[in-house]
Order: sequence, then structure tokens, then C-alpha cells
Amino acid sequence: MRVPLSWLAEYVELVPGTTPEDVHAALVKVGLEEEEVHGFELQGPIVVGEVLEFVEEPQSNGKTIRWCQVRVAPEGETAADGGDAVHGIVCGARNFFPGDKVVVTLPGSVLPGPFPIAARKTYGHVSDGMIASARELGLGEDHDGILRLAELGIDAPVGSDAIELLGLNDAAVEINVTPDRGYAFSIRGVAREYAHATGAAFRDPVARSVPADASGEAFPVVIADDAPIRGRVGSSVFATRIVRGVDPARPTPPWMVARLKLAGIRSLSLLIDITNYVMLELGQPMHGYDLDTLVGGITVRRARDGETIETLDGKQRTLHAEDLLITDEAGPIGIAGVMGGARTEMSDTTRNVLIEAANFDPVSIARAARRHKLPSEASRRFERGVDPQIATAAASRVAQLMVDLAGGTADAVGGLIDETPAREPIALPDGYVSGLIGVEYTEAEIRGALAEIGADVEEGEGGLAVTPPSWRPDLTGKAELAEEVARLVGYHRIPSVLPVAPPGRGLTRAQRLRKRTADVLAAGGGTEVLAFPFVAERDNALFGSVDGEPVASVRVANALDASRPLLRRSLIPGLIEIARRNLSRGLVDLELFELGLVFLPEPGREYGTAVLPAAAARPSDAELAALVEGIPPQPRHVAVLLTGDVVEKQPGQPAVPAGLADALDAVRRIALATGGEIEIVQGRHQAMHPGRTAELRAGGVRIGFAGELHPAIAEEADLPRVVAVAELDLDALIAAADRTVEASPLGTHPAATQDLSLVVPVETPAAEVGAAVREGAGELLEALHLVDDYRGPGVAEGAKSLTFALRFRAADRTLTAAEASEAKLAGARLAAERFGAAIRD
Amino acid sequence: MPEPTEITEPAVAAAVDAALAAIAAAVDSAALKQVRAEHTGEKSPLAQLNALLRSVPNEQKAALGKLVGGARGRVNQAFAAREAEITAAEAEARLAAEAVDVTALPARYTAGARHPLTLLQDRVTEIFTGMGWEIAEGPEVESEWFNFDALNFDPDHPARAMQDTFFIDPPEQHLVLRTHTSPVQVRSMLEREVPIYVLAPGRVYRTDEFDATHLPVFMQFEGLAVDRGLTMAHLKGTLDHFVKAVFGEEAKIRLRPSYFPFTEPSAELDFWHPTFKGGARWIEWGGCGMIHPNVLRSAGIDPEVYSGFAFGMGVERGLMLRNDVSDMRDMAEGDIRFSQQFGMVV
Repeated sequence: MRVPLSWLAEYVELVPGTTPEDVHAALVKVGLEEEEVHGFELQGPIVVGEVLEFVEEPQSNGKTIRWCQVRVAPEGETAADGGDAVHGIVCGARNFFPGDKVVVTLPGSVLPGPFPIAARKTYGHVSDGMIASARELGLGEDHDGILRLAELGIDAPVGSDAIELLGLNDAAVEINVTPDRGYAFSIRGVAREYAHATGAAFRDPVARSVPADASGEAFPVVIADDAPIRGRVGSSVFATRIVRGVDPARPTPPWMVARLKLAGIRSLSLLIDITNYVMLELGQPMHGYDLDTLVGGITVRRARDGETIETLDGKQRTLHAEDLLITDEAGPIGIAGVMGGARTEMSDTTRNVLIEAANFDPVSIARAARRHKLPSEASRRFERGVDPQIATAAASRVAQLMVDLAGGTADAVGGLIDETPAREPIALPDGYVSGLIGVEYTEAEIRGALAEIGADVEEGEGGLAVTPPSWRPDLTGKAELAEEVARLVGYHRIPSVLPVAPPGRGLTRAQRLRKRTADVLAAGGGTEVLAFPFVAERDNALFGSVDGEPVASVRVANALDASRPLLRRSLIPGLIEIARRNLSRGLVDLELFELGLVFLPEPGREYGTAVLPAAAARPSDAELAALVEGIPPQPRHVAVLLTGDVVEKQPGQPAVPAGLADALDAVRRIALATGGEIEIVQGRHQAMHPGRTAELRAGGVRIGFAGELHPAIAEEADLPRVVAVAELDLDALIAAADRTVEASPLGTHPAATQDLSLVVPVETPAAEVGAAVREGAGELLEALHLVDDYRGPGVAEGAKSLTFALRFRAADRTLTAAEASEAKLAGARLAAERFGAAIRD
Repeated sequence: MPEPTEITEPAVAAAVDAALAAIAAAVDSAALKQVRAEHTGEKSPLAQLNALLRSVPNEQKAALGKLVGGARGRVNQAFAAREAEITAAEAEARLAAEAVDVTALPARYTAGARHPLTLLQDRVTEIFTGMGWEIAEGPEVESEWFNFDALNFDPDHPARAMQDTFFIDPPEQHLVLRTHTSPVQVRSMLEREVPIYVLAPGRVYRTDEFDATHLPVFMQFEGLAVDRGLTMAHLKGTLDHFVKAVFGEEAKIRLRPSYFPFTEPSAELDFWHPTFKGGARWIEWGGCGMIHPNVLRSAGIDPEVYSGFAFGMGVERGLMLRNDVSDMRDMAEGDIRFSQQFGMVV
């Protein structure tokens, strides 16, 4: 909402010298947040001039200019720019005559742009200023020619200040109106709030227009809503007024043009401008019909299926059965509260006007505006609630302005339909406001604040009975009343008291372990990133599926980027995109990691619920269960991506390129951080190198993969050939890792170390051979470590020699070499049994 | 040197002099070893003189024995001294040779970094857990009931449109990407017993185009307290404590009247700090208020018995204010240079 200060000052006292910033500062205290300040951004001297004479001079470029002599100061006086009283000015427009009063921007003035005016040589003359058009002054779009004061219906002495004359010295404050405060979409409402903030006197503009006698004959209007939405009749108030014999061609006075412009509304024509002006002033959306185009009386009803209307904007619209319509006997003449129809609109031939001031149900209007994508000034106000008691006054205000400015005569007032139910008082128990806000308000403060906002305050049982004012549909309960007291007295009165929470248990185990996982990965060299979860179809097909089997995805109905409509099933696509961005910026050695949710709907299942439980009451257990079960699984994953070098080339240090081994190191760090055990076994994943992929398991269940990206996929993504990745279900790992460590006693007897080399087929996993040795050697074996994998001379083709370093220790004695050897051989025997392993001498 | 045949003082003295000269001339442990072999070994003059003692007459044995013994003692002593000198010199030389340029040793460890947003979130979490609050979580794809209806957003109220919501297909199934962390309020109230003091950090979504001041995906944290007798003064006290913990003792807060469907009264939280870039001033950082009675009712809590407060702030904005980040895209693009400025500490 933009509020011109001159307009505001009509209804609330503004101390002289009050700046837009002062007004902003006052309004923010009562909850109207400041946005911008709007002005005309021009600077004088800009004066009223009179065209004395001109010569038309055709130019070689085909244009004809006028070389004008313009009087800009009374004879014998100096002009406002210090020059002669008559200035020679070149003008390109041809819509004026000698004797016309015009607006002259003298040298030294500045027009919006900024466009500074100076005496300059043009078309063979020195043009000593400019004759301005409305658009050049920032007053409108009209650039057909220069502005002739006679056209605006005004006259002023030569040399007088045109800025003041046209209202161009005004400024508007823009404020953000929250959705509960529909009444603040009016000068009336803002003036009232300004009074609350400053204590200045408020004069209600409605009071002036309340007619003394409303017994006139009514224009026939029927409200016939046979399908109320959510039980609410579409229209509860309908006031009409007729003004006859208007002259639609009269100009809109400049003060009105300037105020509309500052408020963000373009001047269109006098009759329309008046309806907009009153809407801004009072907050009551208005509509004017050309009375002579109406066929019979008005009926307010719901649309019939297939019915159409041509709206004011020239568009043909098909109506929906929920749309509330204003109709005459020939059909729809407006979508109620949203936009009027073209057939009956006011035009430059309109002589007789029917003014409508109605009140429509917010839900009905909100739905219609959304359905027709027509958020209008009117619908914005109706959606938030319009004061139901001002319709007659608003219609009277429009009628009066039409009489004053367009020269008509108004019919008598009468025929108001008002079916607004009376408001029930709200019980405000003693002590409630102080108990909620934490301030000991006096009863005088509470009553005073409520009276100031316009509420009717009576004694009630155990407290007050408060009837909110008609313009505050948002005040529905005692909490809302408490807010009114708190904000009028001022939030600064609220003290600061730290509440003491009952003793807590700190982070949950999962929360602690997730944080530790991130810390450990970063400490290990990873850089944490946070990718958006929006991915393309192919990303989920490739990374969200192990073997190419089709998978289900969560789809966003209104994605910002249509090429990425899905929510990720895997963190890898996001890491790849971030890796590419880093690579494009010359950052080639990368170890990225992310912890985040993935979205894993099951195929063929429908999620969500078709019906939502009612609000403001606890749903039944069954309803809650349905809501919770309708939410697709969203486990938290952790993923890493490595490319380039993990150790850079340095003096005495060759580069160490990143590979699968580093991804597996990261996996081991994750296991360490969570206290989990991750089993690494040879695996396959369609997006990964077929020979360089590990499946990750916890508690015997697959929880993820580590591998190098399939080189073809890396190439297609414009990545280096070797990109190692790992991803696992962190929630599952943490759940599987829930154990308490049982500490073993530490043996202090001397250890015996021996090596064991076993020859096995190359395809035998070393980890399994090691596990067999460990199992066979029994409890004397304290540690086992693979130190070599040899293939070549001395070992048969298709076989490999694995060398393990073994450390033996007994808890109660010093082992003999023979005992250690015996245990080693027992290990070798089991490996031989399982894998045909032979001891290599 | 000719082999001695008789123990004489000059012969002994000559052998000693020769040995001492050789010892003094030895420059390293190898040379000294050679000298030792030549001057004290079996074939050395002193050894041969010593051997002659066997054949000297008994009455001369004592005197000559003393002469030769003394000579050998002097030589051995000289050896020991020289050996110590050389060992020390050699150890020192080895250390000198082992010196390295500590500024040019290879780094075999590459520094990583946490993301500053998650670090700041962790920091916020610590402050509240330190006050006894617990951390609550909820899903990012959420039912509209939790995201809107239970929070007193009427389906037809314009407040619902303020939220720029991502809807999940098909929209008739009423799933959304949560537009705020507030649905966790309702979940917490349904799942926990009063008194409830929880903080819910997490990712939220709005259909904002991605630019320097807007992100479609960002992080919030939401505080919720429900207890007997909680007032707006408790809300203010909690926020006061919190901003001082994050921004230092000089920080202060101000509440401004505002509107949110799920709180009544509602307030915008402004906070002030002397070291903001561009000077000390009030900056807006989130919304808060007393929980609306309808929200308590949605969670089955009687608003006539309990009251509560809630607040929500954006982590991104906190980071921008606290660490002078001027372009929000830096927080989302994953350029490793951004996080690496922070390392492990925000």
C-alpha cells in the first residue's frame, strides 16, 4: 500500500515538517512494515508559462518544430531561473495555441530520469527551457503532446510554481500490509494506525459521507446465492447510487492524478479515477456501470456452467460454477469483487452512472481471483476483508465527487441491502492479557487500547466483553485482542525473562553421530557441500537404481526448472554437478561430501492423502496415522566424491591421484565416526566401473556403494576419467551400529610375529582368505594384516600370492615359536579348505 | 718403525709420541680405528714393548712395567678423549646434514572443511541444548496438514499464498516441500509430553528464483516452548539470550508487531549489533510470537491450560550478518573456496 502524505494528512494530524521517514518509523511500531518512499523526483524551477506566439519551422529530417515565445514571469519581473520574463523555446509538439497556459521547465530544473534541463542549441535556436508533457513530469503515460492547463480545467498566474499546482511536491510512503489487516489497504486505515502510533488526532473520512437520509428509491438488486462456499453467502452487503448527466470528458483534476499516480494507479478517465480514488481512500472497492447499458435490475448469483463474460481487459472468460457474478437480465456484467464486464463499463459516452459498493465473501473472491489469475486491487481487498458498514458512505463519496467534478446530479440514497450478521462480543477474562504478554497492564490501558482501535468494550462476566469494530474481521478471539493491547501500548514494554526448561538429554544418538560423521569427513580432507535436491529424470534412473530396474521418484508439480522435476534418490548427481562447477573454475583436486535427505518412494504406491483433517482440533489417531504413512520415505544419506589428486605433487613427493581406495577410506571414516562396522565386498552398480565397485554392508544388509564412476559416464559428464564416489544410508548405518563396546583385557606377554604367504586363484577376495586364516588360527592370533599381493614368476598363471603379517599373543604366557607356527598352520589349513590356498615357501 | 728389542725410556717415549701424534691427526672415526690398530694393536710398538716385559730380569720388572703401563695408559686415555670428540662432531655433522626447510616439506594431508551453514546450525543447536532444549526433526516432503492447516493457515486465506509453495505431484494428494520448519512444531507437540522445549533446524523450500538474495532451498531453525504460564516476556528473554550467545554481549533485540497465522500475538525479530558492516543498526532476522490457540488445539493441547511461544530464523541470513557474506549463491554453489575460508569453525 502506497500512502501519499498529503492525503494521509487529511485524516490524521501530521505535524508540519513530518518526513516520509518519520511516517515509516511511526507505522512500523504498530506493525506496518516500511518498504519504499515514492516521489516525483523532479526539481524546479518549473513554472506556469503562457505561449505568446510561435513560428513553425519545417526541418530537413521531415519534422516541423515550433519556435515559441513563452512568457514565464509577469511583465517586468525576472523569471524563476533568473532570466528574462519571456523565454524562446523550441517545441516538437503541435497540440497548443497562442494564449495557452503550459508547464515550462526552466534551465536548472530536473525531470524524472534524472533529466536535467539547460539552455541548449537545437534546430538553429537556443532553446531556453522546455514545454513539458504529462509523461515528462512523471504524471502519466500521455505523450501525445504537451500538457495544456486548460485541459486539466485549471488556471494559474504566469510564473507560479507548477510543482505545487500539480501536486508534484507530494511523496508517498509504501508499507507492507500483512494479510490480516485488510483495512490498512486504505488511507482511512493507515491514518487510524498512524494515530495509534503517534497519538495524533484521527478524523474518519467515512463520517463525512454518511447520508442523513437513506429513504430514497432503490435500484432493483437481488442477492440469490444458491451455492454458498463453505456455508457462506457470496454477498452480504450491496449499495447502489445513481448519478445522472455526468460529462465523462472532463479532465481529472491534477491533485487526483498526482495522488493516484503516487499510490501506484494510472489515471484513465475521470469517472474511473473517482472510483479508484474512493477505493484507495476508504478501502471499499467500487464499480461504476454505464446505467444506460444495463438491462433490467441486478442479480448477484453463482455462474452457470459454460457461461462466459468479456471482462474490462477485453478478455473472453469462461466462468466456473463457483464464480460469484453480478448479472443483469441480459447476462453477466461482472465477476464479483474481481473485475467488471466490458458490456456495461463506463466509457467516454457515459451520461448516467450506476455506482456499486458491495461486500463479498473473502473465500469466494479469493478462489475466483486465483481461478481466473486476476489478482486485482479489488480482489486483494475483498480477500482480506472489507468493512461491511461503509458501503453507503463510499457510494455517496463517489456520487459527490462525480457531481463536483463531472457535473452530474445524484439520485436520492436508498435501497441498501445489508445482511451482515451482528458480531458477537469476545470474552476477555481478567488477567488474560497480562498473563499472555508478561506485562502487568492496568485495566485503563487495556480498555483504552481496545477503545482506540474502535472496539466496543463492556463489562462481562469475570472480565470484559469486547466487540471488535466492523473493519477488523481478523479479531476473532482473545489472543487477537491481547495482541492489540500489546502493540498499542508498545512491544518495548515487554520485559526479557529467560524461561528455565526442564533438564534435557542433549542431542539424540543419531544427531550426535551425524554431526561427528560430518566433522570426521571434513577432518579427513573432505569439503562439505549442500546441493539442491532437484534432479533430472535420468539422474534418478542412473544413480537411484542399482541395475537399471525402473524406480519411483517424488515429482514436484511446479518445478522452477522443468528439466529437473524430481527429488533426488541419490546424492551423487548433486555432487557431480558441484564437482563440474569447481572444475570449471579451475579447482581440480576435489574431495566433496554431503549429508542430506534422499526421497525413496516405493514403486506403485500413492503417497499423501486425498482429504486433510480439520484444523484447530487434534485429528483422530487414524487420521494422524494416515498422514504420517502418506509421507514417502526420506532417509539421510552421506556421500563423497573424489577426483584429481589427494596429495599434490610437491618437493620430494610425487602426486597421489584419488581413486577408489580414497573413497573407501572415507567409508571407513564414516564407520569410525558412527561406531559402525561396514563390510566391503566386491559389487556392481550400473553407474560405476564394473571392476571397481564395492558394495557396502552393515549387519549383513546392503547400505550403499563405493566405486569409480563408469568412465563412459564420467566422460559424458565432462569429468576426468577417474572420479571415485561412495554413498550410503547413514540412518541405516547408525541404526545397525547401536552397540556398547565390551573392552577386552590387554595381554602383556611378548608377541610372536610371523608371515604367511598363500597362493590362491586371482578372483578369490583377499578379505575372505584373511578371514579364513583368522578363524583357523583361533584366539592366539591377535592381528592380521595383508602386506603383499604378488602375481608373476614363481606363481602359476591365474593365481596370486597373498602375504599376511600375523601377530600372535597368549593372554597368560610367553608363546613359543612352535605354538605360533601351529596356530598359523591351522589358519592356512582352513584357507586351503575354503579356497584351495597353498602355502608358498 | 723398527721392531724394538729392548725396553728403554726413549723407545717407550718414541712409541707414545708417535701414538699421540697419530691420535691427534685422526679426523674421523674410521681414521681413529686405523690409528688404534696401529698404535695399540698386537703389532704395535707399545704391544711389542709390553711383550718384552716377560723377558726382563725380575729386579727390573717393576720399574719397566710401570714405564710401559703408564705409557699405554696415556695412549688409551688419549684415544678415549679423541673418540668422544670425534663421535660428538660426527653426530653434530649428521644432524646438520639432516636439516630441512620446514616451510617446504610436502603436505600429505589436504585440509577439508564443513559448510558454514551447517556449522552455524550446529552452533545454534549447542546453545539451545545447553539450555536444556532438545532437537526435533521432521520430513522435508510434508503433508499440507502439518505445513499449513494445523498451523492455522486457512485453505483460502491469502497467507497461504504468501508462502510460494512447491507442491508434490499430484497436488490433490496434499504433499508439499515444507515451506518452513514450523510443521515440526506440530509434530513435536503431538509426539511429546508438555512441557516441551525444542529446536527444529532444517532445510525448507520456497519457489523463489535463485539469485544473490534468494534461494529456493534454504535452512531455518524453529524454536518451540509449551508450558504453563509462558508469556511473551519469556519469548523475548530466550531470543535475547540466543543473539547474545551467537553475536556477543553487545547484541540486542527488538520485537515489532507483525502477523503470522500460527502465532498471536506475532512479532518480527530485529536485532542490533555495533559491528554490522555499514554501521550499527537494526536488522530483521525472523518471526516469532505466542502460539495461536488453534495450533495448540490441532496438537491436542488445551490453550486454556498451556501457552507457548515459537520463533523461526533463517540460517543463511544469520551467516550473512555474522560473517559478511554478500551473495547467497556462494552458500549454494558448492565452490570449495567458500567453505574452506571457514574450515571447521564458523
